[in-house]
Amino acid sequence: MLSRVADNLYWMSRYLERAEHTARLLDVQLGLILETGQESGDGRWMRLVQCLGITAKPPSEEDPSRLIHWLAFDAASRASIVTAIGTARENARQVREMISSEMWEQVNRMYHDARAISAGGYQDRDPLDFLHEVITGCHLFRGLVSATMNHGEGWQFIRLGRYIERAGLVSTLLDVHFREFLPDGRASIDPGDHLEWIGLLKSCTAFEAYCKVYTAELGAGRIAEFLLLNREFPHSVRYAVDNMQSSLGQLPEGASSQGSSRLHRLAGRLQASLNFSQMDEILADGLSAYLADVQRQCIQIHHVLHQVYIDYPIETAIEA
Amino acid sequence: MSTVPISGRHMPPSVPFTGYQLGASYDEMFSASGVPRAHYGALHRHLLELPDEQMRRRKSVADQSFLHQGITFTVYGKDEGTERIFPHDLVPRIITSTEWSRVERGLEQRIRALNEFLKDIYHEGRILNDNVVPREMVYSCRHFRREMRGLDVPRGIYITVVGTDLIRLPSGEFVILEDNLRVPSGVSYMLTSRQVMKRVFPEWFRQTQVRPIEPYPHALLATLRSLAQEGRPDPTIVLLSPGVFNSAYFEHAFLARQMGIQLVEGRDLVVNDNILYMRTTTGLERVDVIYRRVDDDFIDPLAFRSDSILGVPGLFNSYRAGNVTLANAIGTGIADDKALYAYVPRIIRYYLNEEPIINNVETFLMTEEKERRHVTGNLEKYVVKAVGESGGYGMLIGPHSTADERAEFRTRIETDPRNYIAQPTIQLSTAPCFIDGCIEPRHIDLRPYILFGDKVTIVPGGLTRVALKKGSLVVNSSQGGGSKDTWVVNE
Repeated sequence: MLSRVADNLYWMSRYLERAEHTARLLDVQLGLILETGQESGDGRWMRLVQCLGITAKPPSEEDPSRLIHWLAFDAASRASIVTAIGTARENARQVREMISSEMWEQVNRMYHDARAISAGGYQDRDPLDFLHEVITGCHLFRGLVSATMNHGEGWQFIRLGRYIERAGLVSTLLDVHFREFLPDGRASIDPGDHLEWIGLLKSCTAFEAYCKVYTAELGAGRIAEFLLLNREFPHSVRYAVDNMQSSLGQLPEGASSQGSSRLHRLAGRLQASLNFSQMDEILADGLSAYLADVQRQCIQIHHVLHQVYIDYPIETAIEA
Repeated sequence: MSTVPISGRHMPPSVPFTGYQLGASYDEMFSASGVPRAHYGALHRHLLELPDEQMRRRKSVADQSFLHQGITFTVYGKDEGTERIFPHDLVPRIITSTEWSRVERGLEQRIRALNEFLKDIYHEGRILNDNVVPREMVYSCRHFRREMRGLDVPRGIYITVVGTDLIRLPSGEFVILEDNLRVPSGVSYMLTSRQVMKRVFPEWFRQTQVRPIEPYPHALLATLRSLAQEGRPDPTIVLLSPGVFNSAYFEHAFLARQMGIQLVEGRDLVVNDNILYMRTTTGLERVDVIYRRVDDDFIDPLAFRSDSILGVPGLFNSYRAGNVTLANAIGTGIADDKALYAYVPRIIRYYLNEEPIINNVETFLMTEEKERRHVTGNLEKYVVKAVGESGGYGMLIGPHSTADERAEFRTRIETDPRNYIAQPTIQLSTAPCFIDGCIEPRHIDLRPYILFGDKVTIVPGGLTRVALKKGSLVVNSSQGGGSKDTWVVNE
């Protein structure tokens, strides 16, 4: 497979994962406002920006409508859902011959719908409708990826993009949430924050799945364990890393065998840490530091992946 | 031409044909007002029976389908990034298989002769020595590539993919308007428009035996494969595109997908020791045949334009060394130079010793003083074209021009006569088009696609381009033209 094609597939997938995650977080926040009755003033919106790992400065700190616009509809904002869908589609457009027509038409349709809403007319629509459409659209796209294209190399790059992005997003979300609602020295959830913890789970579609494992009784340690270390839940960090590792295992050896083995070592180390760590130890050593380490390793894997398969020096690769 | 036998009588046109005014042109559907030609009879009846809102509904289904498939072009400028679909008309254009078989034979004859011509001028130049084509005509053409002199191309084939433009004279005779021998485009519109039509009007296809065009991608692949070097039994074939910003990018991606080959850009390719490779995730992989959609000028910054970032440094040397095949070959643009066009009938006679089956449009060379004086004195009657341009650019349409435009072209012709030719203004044939709820005549041409490898393959039909603006004679998509499905049917 062409290196450039692998790169496009990888980024297409990352951006769609990001669009879906942003839509879900916004959806949950809008729900929480209804339930808590507080629309602003409690730092909610700035926290949301941090949860998304956005370093750019938002246009307003506490004006919800401007922030929602910036995160969802604003085609000029690099953080918005519309931009993420547009970038995913631009990547898909460059590999149209490699993805199925069904996949292309779906991402193209999402793009045109998002552009139409962004260009005008979203004011008289409920933003929730749009967010739900994006989430459903991304689900549909993932279904098409799974059902309509060869599960070959390209498919593995799509999975890699999705799971690297997901591992990063979920660990960032966990980190910001725990620092806010469980500051140092506190061990259990403040009953006043109950809804916020449900919100955290819902942000990862994890509430129902969590209840099946731990019942509806919420505990900070259990929530962290579920979202970080659960082996079976698709939005846990461990699940994402397990899948990332399995995709890496399916890829052919890259242009430099040295780089390939480095890549497997890095991914294997992260996977081992998530598979064999204990939640009480992580909490005792500091969750935040552990999550920061997970993120750092994800970035490192991303860079090495790029060096091995996409941007390798030609001298190392002349056919023997 | 046979018609429905209502002898000599003109019928009043019925809804939705009430506004259908026949002009001086040949009309594809009607032999006389209200009297459809035999091969259009069934379609004419369908259109009479089809309620207006049905037609509108199907039009919007078709448009949606083009939009979702991404068969669009990007509008730059005021509303950056908005995408429009290519204008498409729902009423098919029908050609009988008798007419078609003559067109087919004529095109094959022309392609073979032009290929001989290219081989000759890049080798001994017999046709120049025999003074059939003036030497300076060839050497002054900016598409002549001296780098190609003495270079043997695989199977001796220079022009693998050709899109020739034909028009119909008022008499109904098909004539050749121009040859496109470099990187002709539009075949994806032919193929997708057929797909969409089948979805929107399945009942039409059930009743009419339309000859299939779907084998085109397979035929193209087989043709490209036949051009691989000896000793490479399983050649790697790629399509080289300038990239996503090129207006024909949709077509490049479409064809690559239909053929199951890689779509590559210049940055994906690298030459080492005169062998061409593409960069893949597992290392470098050798490439044998390139179906290139990049112009000569941009293909190799070391050999041609050094500012090109679309090309591959070293590609031309690899080509010269016989390690990679380019389709089409480099330097084919000389044979579709509009001044050279006037010599094509002579070229056919010279190499094949046959009379041309399809005629040219009468063409005046501005290098001939007598012809130039005549044309510059009567510019309002002629179409003047710059010889190296395409896409409807650099053109003067005499009857639709202003005095200022004519004065400007007069000066241009006098300054650089080699760069211009003139042809009489021809009323292209008209065909029925669905315009704002009614059916009206619009001018059309025909571009069939010809493949030349171990044999010549022409899929029946081609792209019919429509000048959607009332009365306009310019069918190019860059100038407000659209397309329609083209059916070759047995009578």
